[in-house]
Amino acid sequence: MKKSHIFGIGIIAVAIAIIVSTAGDASTYVNFTQAEKMATNGNKGSIHVVGKLKKDASGVIQEMAYQPEIDPNYFVFTLMDNDNRAQKVVYRSPKPQDFDKSEQVVVIGKMEKDHFEAEKILLKCPSKYNNEKLETTEYQAAQL
Amino acid sequence: MIHTIYGDAGRLFVIVAFVSALVATFAYFKSVISSTRLDDVPVWKRFARGAFFLHAAAVAGVVFCLYWIIGNHYFEYHYAWDNSSLSLPTEYVISSFWQDQEGSFLLWIFWNVVLGLVLIVTNRSWEGPVMAIFALVQAFLASMILGVVIPGLDLKIGSTPFLLLREALPDIPVWQTNPNFIPKDGNGLNPLLQNYWMVIHPPTLFLGFATTLIPFSFAMAGLWTKKVTEWIRPALPWALFSAMILGVGILMGAYWAYETLNFGGYWNWDPVENTSFVPWLVLVGTIHVMIIGRKNATALKTSFILAIATFVMILYSTFMTRSGVLGNASVHSFTDLGLSGQLLIYLMTFVVLSVGLLIYRWKLLPSDEKEVSTYSPEFWIFIGATLLCLAGFQILATTSIPVYNAIAEGFGKILNLALPTDPIEHYNKFQIWFFALITALTGIGQFFWWKRTGEGKLSTLYPPLLITLILSAVFITLGEVRTISYIVLLTAAVFSIVANGTILLNIIGGSYKLSGGAVSHIGLALMLIGILFSSGYTRVISLNNSGLMISRSEEFTKNDNKENKENVTLWLNKPSQMGKFMLTWRDVRVEPRYVPGYIPKGWVEIIENDFHAVALRDIVVEDKTYYKTGDTLEIYPENFYYEIEYREPSGKIFTLYPRAQINPRMGLISSPDIQRKYNKDLYTYVSMVTNPLDEGKWSATEEFTVAMKDTFFVNDYVAILDNVVRTDQVDGVQLGENDAAVKAIIRVLDTDHEYVLDPSFVIRNRTVGRKAQVSNELGLRIQFNEINPQTGKFTFAVNTKQRDFIVMKALEKPLINVLWLGTFVLTLGFLMATVRRFRDFFKNQKRELVAETVKPKKRTPQQV
Repeated sequence: MKKSHIFGIGIIAVAIAIIVSTAGDASTYVNFTQAEKMATNGNKGSIHVVGKLKKDASGVIQEMAYQPEIDPNYFVFTLMDNDNRAQKVVYRSPKPQDFDKSEQVVVIGKMEKDHFEAEKILLKCPSKYNNEKLETTEYQAAQL
Repeated sequence: MIHTIYGDAGRLFVIVAFVSALVATFAYFKSVISSTRLDDVPVWKRFARGAFFLHAAAVAGVVFCLYWIIGNHYFEYHYAWDNSSLSLPTEYVISSFWQDQEGSFLLWIFWNVVLGLVLIVTNRSWEGPVMAIFALVQAFLASMILGVVIPGLDLKIGSTPFLLLREALPDIPVWQTNPNFIPKDGNGLNPLLQNYWMVIHPPTLFLGFATTLIPFSFAMAGLWTKKVTEWIRPALPWALFSAMILGVGILMGAYWAYETLNFGGYWNWDPVENTSFVPWLVLVGTIHVMIIGRKNATALKTSFILAIATFVMILYSTFMTRSGVLGNASVHSFTDLGLSGQLLIYLMTFVVLSVGLLIYRWKLLPSDEKEVSTYSPEFWIFIGATLLCLAGFQILATTSIPVYNAIAEGFGKILNLALPTDPIEHYNKFQIWFFALITALTGIGQFFWWKRTGEGKLSTLYPPLLITLILSAVFITLGEVRTISYIVLLTAAVFSIVANGTILLNIIGGSYKLSGGAVSHIGLALMLIGILFSSGYTRVISLNNSGLMISRSEEFTKNDNKENKENVTLWLNKPSQMGKFMLTWRDVRVEPRYVPGYIPKGWVEIIENDFHAVALRDIVVEDKTYYKTGDTLEIYPENFYYEIEYREPSGKIFTLYPRAQINPRMGLISSPDIQRKYNKDLYTYVSMVTNPLDEGKWSATEEFTVAMKDTFFVNDYVAILDNVVRTDQVDGVQLGENDAAVKAIIRVLDTDHEYVLDPSFVIRNRTVGRKAQVSNELGLRIQFNEINPQTGKFTFAVNTKQRDFIVMKALEKPLINVLWLGTFVLTLGFLMATVRRFRDFFKNQKRELVAETVKPKKRTPQQV
């Protein structure tokens, strides 16, 4: 076999490995029901869930707690996914600063027994000046 | 008054720029194609040049108009209103030019004009084909800011920066009552971007983007005019220059992110970062194959492919960041301006043109007669370039995930793919190994290139290998490197430094002309070492071990209590231990414009919605009085600095001032402060603060009537009324001769500290005045309400509130300076190589010119 053939095969092999790993590591957008199913099926991968904060009629956020005086690294809130299923979400990092203003929240993480464990939170906040623009910010729970 | 003239002129200039670019494209095209009569070529060329000069003038006009609008604060224009404000210092007014998409397109167009003019002047022989490509690119770019609606079709081409506010936001009710309404002030530049990097980083990056067009144009010109090897000499110096500028631009962004933006480090694997890094990797690969392209046919073919790929990657990156396809996936992509279709046409046009031309001319390209030897430098350089491209491909494959979703959607399928949740792990899985190989190859490649090694003398590689093993062993032991991939990367980087260093010293012997390659390779290796230690061995110092943890819950006690306790809460003026440091949050400070450093927030009263503050006391910094009480001073109203005192075990004290910005648009944004030592950085930022502008809610008033030495409980503290004494001085109250004042001395006991509060009771002009005392540390406000001479008891009104606190995080990043040192060395290497290749080009051009002028002389006798 010519060297250039070996070389070519090598490149193709690496390229395939790259594509396979990309497909394997890529996360997916799901709702909480699907997330739960995945967790019970033993699927350990992290997933994205898009949702809105639970609010009462006057727009006050419900079931959210952050007590930095007790533990600055524990933030819990309730997220309604696109099918309106409410789910307790735990985020082991300080509460993102503009969390209360967010219109849409994307939580990235895993479903646990009774809650969703978020590793990362993406927020979409309405811009004060221009309602057409939504700005996203990213927060990540720190890992030790 | 609405200054419509500048907007109208600006729009006209854009149209002129667009049309003249099209005319120049056509004229340059005519000057090259063979169907043009030879006599007409100079005419077409002159005409094309004229059209390009007109284009350049029109672009200058557009730039001037937009600057005039922004610089003079004509807020009737949406662009000025959206991106600038009266309070913005001059340098940021300049940079608000490129904050929005239209301005950044304009910046790109501007750089292309500059580069085009330089090429016309320096390279007459390639002008026709190269400038035809240039002008076509300019036409596409100018179309992005046209903002013309084609009547009938309802098709909008481009987005103009010259929209009036009432055209941009027609739904605001104010237009009905006052169509000539002009806002008093603009939105201003996003405070996070108000940083000197915003002034320098975008122009550098866009110059980098713009310069990638040059090697591409030369490659196209080479194929077009069938000069398939000659294009390399003029293109190579520009390719090197481009890689240098683009690299510097990317690294500036990385440093900016590290120093200010607080994205959690210098590299976030964000799609926007990735899509500018991938073209750079491919460009560096291009340079390497171009260097050997004149000798090796495979490398020559690859040079064409990669020069095209680099430019296409730039276009693809532009498409990704500006079309809105990234959506949720990126923190800092532009919003969709409805240009997606146009951007896609731009991308596809150049893909089809370049790939088509390459296929059309493929047979014309030479082929190698025999296979390249494993002992030749070409072989090793080729492998290195391939690895660079594979590294780029891996990043691209993942970064394009949102694009796959969009494509699937186009076929009516829902893919719902998302980016990997742990990007660091995902990318490192490949990149560590790719870069270990690449950096090792730089050393091997240099040895082959300078004929230091080859068939039968591979033993010459032993000494550098031996030195490498010894040095790496030392570093691995000292640095306690335990991960296999890190060990491999470190060893490879050390080898690269040793091998390239050997070449630098022995072969080149200090000839700076030839050292560019070796120097930039050493720079890369240094960067890798810096990245390895600073990222791989980041240590969280702010481990929460205050005992305040919720210990009851199993969730927190598992994993040996190590579950995410990386943030600590600091109470105002209460020291707490963090690692070896004793930390105290002392105060909140603000940043006045013309006073050095930061001053305590309590010294001034900030005027709401303004950039001024009133001094509440004389502002004295380092024995110099800057303002007197009552003076008005300019400040940066969004910036608050948290004074955090670090006490080392030795008793040495240093203070860091991490910043939090309060902006109605962005909420609270935190930026770090860094203590820099030669071997590590201490990186500190606040992860949460209570709004410094918000006074907090006081509880309902509670009254206490106590006798002297009585104890009472306020806000869960024990308070003791120690004494009531007469006083002559009460802050903020002028006491006359017949006035009297007393103050109560109240001791409040905290767990480890005693505070004294002394509210005053004043009788002035026969009326009672009460001066309350506030302690933010305790969240306590005490007012001296009444003195009852009959019972000898005193009444105090007490309000309580949440005590002030911040949540902060501190990290230690070892050897990060090696990374920055590496970037300087890398840039220096590129600069040296660029200078060398430019000299080479000019020398050769002179020779060709001489040869050309000699030819006609020879011909004259024949004619006679």
